[in-house]
Amino acid sequence: MSTSSGALEQGRTQARPVDPDVPLLAVEDLNVRFPTEDGLVHAVRGVDYTLRSGEVLGIVGESGSGKSVTSLAVMGLLPGSARVSGSVRYRGQELLGQSDRAMSRVRGKGVSMIFQDPMTSLDPVYRVGFQIEETLRAHDPKLSSKAAQARAADLLAMVGIPNAAERVRSYPHEFSGGMRQRVVIAIAMANQPDVIIADEPTTALDVTVQAQILEVLQKALSETGAAMVLITHDLGVVAGIADRVLVMYAGRPVEIGAVEDIYYEPRMPYTLGLLGSLPRLDASTKQRLTPIKGSPPSVVNMPPGCPFAPRCPLHVAECDVVEPELLDVGGGHTAACIRVDEVGKAHGEASALFDETADDAVLASQPDPATTPEGATS
Amino acid sequence: MTATREPILSVRGLEKHFPIKGGGLIKRTVGAVRAVDGLDLDLYPGEVLGLVGESGCGKSTTGRAILNLQPATGGSVVFQGREIVGLGRKEMRPLRRDIQIVFQDPYASLNPRLPVFDIVAEPLIIHGLTKDEAELRERVRTLVETVGLNPEHTNRYPAEFSGGQRQRIGIARALALEPKVLVLDEPVSALDVSIQAGVINLLEDLKERLGLSYLFIAHDLSVVRHISDRVAVMYLGKIIEVAPRDELFDRPTHPYTQALLSAIPLPDPRLERSRQRIIITGDVPSPANPPSGCRFRTRCQKFAGELTDTQREKCLTVEPLLESRGEGHTSACHYAEATKVL
Repeated sequence: MSTSSGALEQGRTQARPVDPDVPLLAVEDLNVRFPTEDGLVHAVRGVDYTLRSGEVLGIVGESGSGKSVTSLAVMGLLPGSARVSGSVRYRGQELLGQSDRAMSRVRGKGVSMIFQDPMTSLDPVYRVGFQIEETLRAHDPKLSSKAAQARAADLLAMVGIPNAAERVRSYPHEFSGGMRQRVVIAIAMANQPDVIIADEPTTALDVTVQAQILEVLQKALSETGAAMVLITHDLGVVAGIADRVLVMYAGRPVEIGAVEDIYYEPRMPYTLGLLGSLPRLDASTKQRLTPIKGSPPSVVNMPPGCPFAPRCPLHVAECDVVEPELLDVGGGHTAACIRVDEVGKAHGEASALFDETADDAVLASQPDPATTPEGATS
Repeated sequence: MTATREPILSVRGLEKHFPIKGGGLIKRTVGAVRAVDGLDLDLYPGEVLGLVGESGCGKSTTGRAILNLQPATGGSVVFQGREIVGLGRKEMRPLRRDIQIVFQDPYASLNPRLPVFDIVAEPLIIHGLTKDEAELRERVRTLVETVGLNPEHTNRYPAEFSGGQRQRIGIARALALEPKVLVLDEPVSALDVSIQAGVINLLEDLKERLGLSYLFIAHDLSVVRHISDRVAVMYLGKIIEVAPRDELFDRPTHPYTQALLSAIPLPDPRLERSRQRIIITGDVPSPANPPSGCRFRTRCQKFAGELTDTQREKCLTVEPLLESRGEGHTSACHYAEATKVL
C-alpha cells in the first residue's frame, strides 16, 4: 500500500522532542474506588507502570481484575462518581485532575484509545469519513475540509479498507465487525498519537478477522512509532505482540516483566496457574489441565494479606498477614509473592505446583469427589 | 478407535433455513438464511466430536436442530435408529432422556427464581423418574456432588454462584436423566481461563465415568483440540473438513482449516513470533446469499494466490463435496493438500 506511510507523515506537523529519561506514560499508585450500595468498591488498588517510547505493554488479567478501569482512569473517561487517586503523567505532564477541556487536547493527539466493541465506539448516525475528519479537525482547526477528507480516505486505505475513497461515505452499519474495528483504528491513529491504549481490540472478532486486525495494528505501530498499552485476556495475543507484560489480579499488578520472562519463568503463582489452565493448540498429547481452584475475590471489603492466597498452592500462614509488594527478581522482572523462589523452581511448569483440583470454592469444605479415573483416551 | 462401530447419532443432509420476510402488509418470504445447509455428521458411542467454526457458521443452530429445539427444515437426524426430524413435542419427550444439552451462557440458562435443587430436580419430576421425595433428594444430592458442587448449597439461587459453578449446575441438570449424548454448546466460552480449565476437566471425567458421547460445539480450537477425539470444521452452514483430532491439527487439508489454525495466537512468545501466518482476507459472506461453487472461495488464500484461472473455474461453478484424504479424514476442497501450519 503505497499511500499508507504518506498518510501518516502528513499529519505530523512537527516532531515532538523525545527525552529518553522521561517515560512517555508513567502511572503511579493509581487507585480507583466506586461508591456502591454494598460499600466502596476498590476496583484498582495501586497500579504502577511506565511505558517507554515505541514499546508495547500487554496488560492481562481475568474479568474483574481492573484492567479496563485502569485504562479508563488514564484517559480520564471514568464517570464522575469514581474516586481516582495517584498520578498519571504523559511526558511529565500530570493528567489526573485535569479539566475535560485540557484532557481533550491530550486525547487522540497524545494518547488515543481503541475500544473493544466497534459497534458502540462508532456513532451510527454519521458517515465514517466524517468521524475521522472530526478527530483530525479537533486537533487542527485550520485543516481545510478538503484536506481532511483526503486524509480520512488515506487513513482508511492504511488500515486496509478497499475502495477507501468511496467507503468514507459509508455508515458504520454498512461495515462488518472487522471493518468497523479498522475504522476505529484509523480514528485512533489519525493524529499521530504517541500512545495508543487498546482495550480488548480483538475480543469481539472471529479469529481469522482478529489475525487481520492484529496485523493492521502492528503495521500502524511500526509506521508511526507509537507505543501501545494492549489490554486483553488472551495470552496468545499478548505473546505475539507485547514487549513487556503486566499481570493484574484483584485490582493490582502481581507480576511485571519482559514477555519471555513472564511466559517461561513466571514467579507469581497466579501467572503460573493461568498459563497452566490454558489448553494448547499445539499440544499433541492429551495432558490434563491444571485449573486454579476457587474464583477471584470480590474487591468489596478485601481481607488483609495476599488476594491470591485462598487459591494458591504455596499458601503459608505468612501470606495472610500483609499484601506482598512487587519484589524485584532480576532483569526488570518483579512479582508480588513472598515465595518467588519456590515459584521459580517450577520454570513455568504449572503442574509442578498446582494439584488438580476440579472443585470450586464452595467445595473447599468437602472431601475430594469420588475416585475419578484419569481421562485417558486416544 | 471408534470408526468401526455404529454411530449413536447420525445426521444426513441437515438443513435449517430461516425465512426472510419482506416488508409491507403481506409478509411474503423473499429469501432464506441458510444457517445450516446440508450437513452430515456421525457421532460414535463414547466419543467427543468437536464442531468448530466462526460466529454465524451455523454450529449452534446445528446443535439445536439435532435436539429438535429448532425444527430442521430438511434432512435427517437418526438417534439410535430413530428419526428425530419431524417429531412433535410429545414424541420427542422420551428421546430427551437420552440426549441433552448444556448451553453457553450460565447466566441465561438457569431460571433465576428457582433454587438449585429445583433446577436439577425438574427433569426428574417431569419424566417421573423418582418414586418419592426421599429418592428425589438423594438423586439430586448425587448429581450435585458429581459435578463438584457442595450438596449443602442446593437451597441457594443461581445468583449466589459464580459463572463456573453455574455451568456445573447446568451440567448437573443435563445429567439428571442419565443421557447417552450431550450436546455442549460453547460450554466454557463464557468463563475465565482459570475457571474454564476446571469445567473442561470435569467434562472429561464425566465422559469416562458415565460413558457419555459429546457433540462439543465451540469456536475455541485450543479447547476443541484438548477435549475432542474427532473434529469437524464448519463454514457457512456446511462441514468442510472432518478428521481425527491430531490428524486435523497436524495435517489440515482444507485451506480454511489451515487459515483458521494459523490465525490462532499461541501463548508462547518465541513460537508465536517465529510462525508464518496465513491471513485470509474479508469476512464470512452472508448465509442468505452464499457464493456459488465453493463457499470459501471469496476468502480462500489458495484461490487468490496459487490457482490458475482454469483451475479457479471449478471453484466458481462446482460445489466441492467431502472426499476422503486418509483414514477417517475427509475435506471439501477441489485442490486439497495437507500442509503443516502449527
